[in-house]
Amino acid sequence: MLLDLADSYVEQNRKLNKALSLLQGRTVINLFFESSTRTRTSFELAGKRLGADVINMSVSTSSIKKGETLIDTAMTLNAMHTDVLVVRHSDSGAVKLLSEKVNCAVMNAGDGSHEHPTQALLDALTIRRRKGRLQGLTVAICGDVLHSRVARSNILLLHTMGARVRVIGPPTLLPSAIDRFGVEVFHDMRRGLADCDIVMMLRLQTERMQGRFVPSVREYFHFFGLDREKLAAARDDALVMHPGPMNRGVEIDSELADDLDRSAIREQVEMGVAVRMACIDLLTRELVGNAP
Amino acid sequence: MSKYRTAYVNARLIDPASGLDAPGGLLAEDGAIADIGAGLFAEGGPEGAETVDCGGMVLAPGLVDMRVQLRDPGHEHMEDIGSAGLAAAAGGVTTMVCLPNTDPVIDNVALLEFVARRAREVKLAKVHCYAAATRGMQGTQLTEYGLLGEAGAVAFTDAETAIADAKTMQRALSYASTFGHIIMQHPEEPALCDGGAMNSGEIASRLGLSGLPPVAEVMMIERDLRLVEATGGRWHAAHVSTAASVEAIRQAKKRGMAVTCDTAPHYFALNEVAVGDYRTFAKVRPPLRGEDDRQAIVEGLRDGTIDAIASDHSPYDQDSKRLPFAQAAFGIIGLETLLPLTLELYHNKHLSLSEALALITCRPADLLGLKGGRLAKGAQADLVLIEPDRPWKIDEVAFRSKSKNSPFDGRPVQGHALRTVVDGRAIFIHGREG
Repeated sequence: MLLDLADSYVEQNRKLNKALSLLQGRTVINLFFESSTRTRTSFELAGKRLGADVINMSVSTSSIKKGETLIDTAMTLNAMHTDVLVVRHSDSGAVKLLSEKVNCAVMNAGDGSHEHPTQALLDALTIRRRKGRLQGLTVAICGDVLHSRVARSNILLLHTMGARVRVIGPPTLLPSAIDRFGVEVFHDMRRGLADCDIVMMLRLQTERMQGRFVPSVREYFHFFGLDREKLAAARDDALVMHPGPMNRGVEIDSELADDLDRSAIREQVEMGVAVRMACIDLLTRELVGNAP
Repeated sequence: MSKYRTAYVNARLIDPASGLDAPGGLLAEDGAIADIGAGLFAEGGPEGAETVDCGGMVLAPGLVDMRVQLRDPGHEHMEDIGSAGLAAAAGGVTTMVCLPNTDPVIDNVALLEFVARRAREVKLAKVHCYAAATRGMQGTQLTEYGLLGEAGAVAFTDAETAIADAKTMQRALSYASTFGHIIMQHPEEPALCDGGAMNSGEIASRLGLSGLPPVAEVMMIERDLRLVEATGGRWHAAHVSTAASVEAIRQAKKRGMAVTCDTAPHYFALNEVAVGDYRTFAKVRPPLRGEDDRQAIVEGLRDGTIDAIASDHSPYDQDSKRLPFAQAAFGIIGLETLLPLTLELYHNKHLSLSEALALITCRPADLLGLKGGRLAKGAQADLVLIEPDRPWKIDEVAFRSKSKNSPFDGRPVQGHALRTVVDGRAIFIHGREG
């Protein structure tokens, strides 16, 4: 249902005049405790195209640095009769904590290594538009699953939608007990990619590495970076995806990333705005009845 | 001087140390037990003594809680000796042994004497102190074990910090053996725990939280056991939480090593599922473990591998707990829930009532060389009258502790203290609080 609604917004977004007035008079605040360009812009555009007033707040301009707690910040914004809070935070569970303290709608734009639900939804929309379905597809999620909220949300959603999910990476980059997530686990790209319909690459969070998880970028690319040779193990029509931002030459070959026949990376960004419009739309519909 | 006499009549006397479990009575005189026996005062109390009719309830030695954080001095807004004393009294605890992780750290004689003086003024549960094993709990220089021991330190520990450096641990064990003192370890290999917030495994992975792996505990225990063998020192592992730890200590005891360990109620009454959706009140160190580990702790208590149960009372205010999980403080309060949670072992038929009470009375007392924990003529009259079966619900609003960080809020339990007595003087009477 959400994906169908998002589909309709894809067409809307391709028109010359993209603006709607569904959310006229409503306020959406993007509250980002962790820096982000694409997700924040995507949410901002989504809110504006629906006609809402959108305000961006980031850590550097907020009072968190003055010692105000996460909960105080949430209560303050709540008191201003915000309709939707879009929150990103570097701690797992922070968005959940915040949502318990406010009575507006709260959207998770990524919390720590926990979840990034709208990314999973936009990935699902992208796959469904390209493949016509999700049911029965084999999806490989490759790389730094340990630190990735994108991976966790995708595993949950794709599972629910009937896809088979594999994870591929060195054990140092896979969370403990990952086999309990209902996924198949591989440590070898060629074996893991065999017969896959979708190859989802994850960003190697090089800033967290310091030689502790993988010895070098060179070695990582050699064994786990996606290039044409490794991709050949997957189905001929396998689609390459990446949540961005990409480390070209680290987890993905640069030329492959730009190949529009194989790569859906740019399309994912486009779908992001549509999916977030659908999410905001649905959440605010719920709010209409019980606005204070 | 007029004698202060109280006769406890019509009681079910349970003294785990001697195995006594019989109807009888007890006479407390001037702070000590003047008489005790099966059938004593069957015809009513003696002349001139205050008489307490126990109504057939259990009269046992007062609880000895061997691991409590008082936060006093330093963080009195979270707890102080007075509020902890009230919590102890309500929980049936007559002796608390407190950790040195106050601010400043209890690593010198002056501070040890300060805490002892405050406790004497407050006149609730008795307070004994551990002293830091290393100066400032920094893990490098030893404290004055001899002088601190003379001043009353019952053992030496760096509280919630592991003595991680092998050389320091070796010297601590070796030097403490001069005086026969115990070194108490918080068993955790810190290099494996950096940034960890809960037990490693499926739940941590799903919640996107860094893990505290079970192996970090047992490897520190196994390392220490080697050092104990090499030095002949006395050693105790605090709050063991994993199946592997229990097994390592079980094997060491089988080899004849004189090592001991304790656990806390949350390690046999809860497992990691209690963390649920980022419940910071269930954030504790060592973390709540898996169900297999929980069952192994129960087994360790049954077969005597685990010597004692301590509440591990760790008070924290709201500001330390109402935070994203990774940032929240580690710790659970326990003075007021130690008795009912320990009685779960009896109600669940893992232990007899006397065996369960032994774990929170004579066994910790004997382990630390304290006088309390037993009902015997001439012993101090530290008592608790227990209604062992009455069902009730733990309610954080009713806690006397200044802090409310308990994951047991709302839990149905059985058994509570009716009257708590220190040196013959009632410090708590159920239903009669000011």
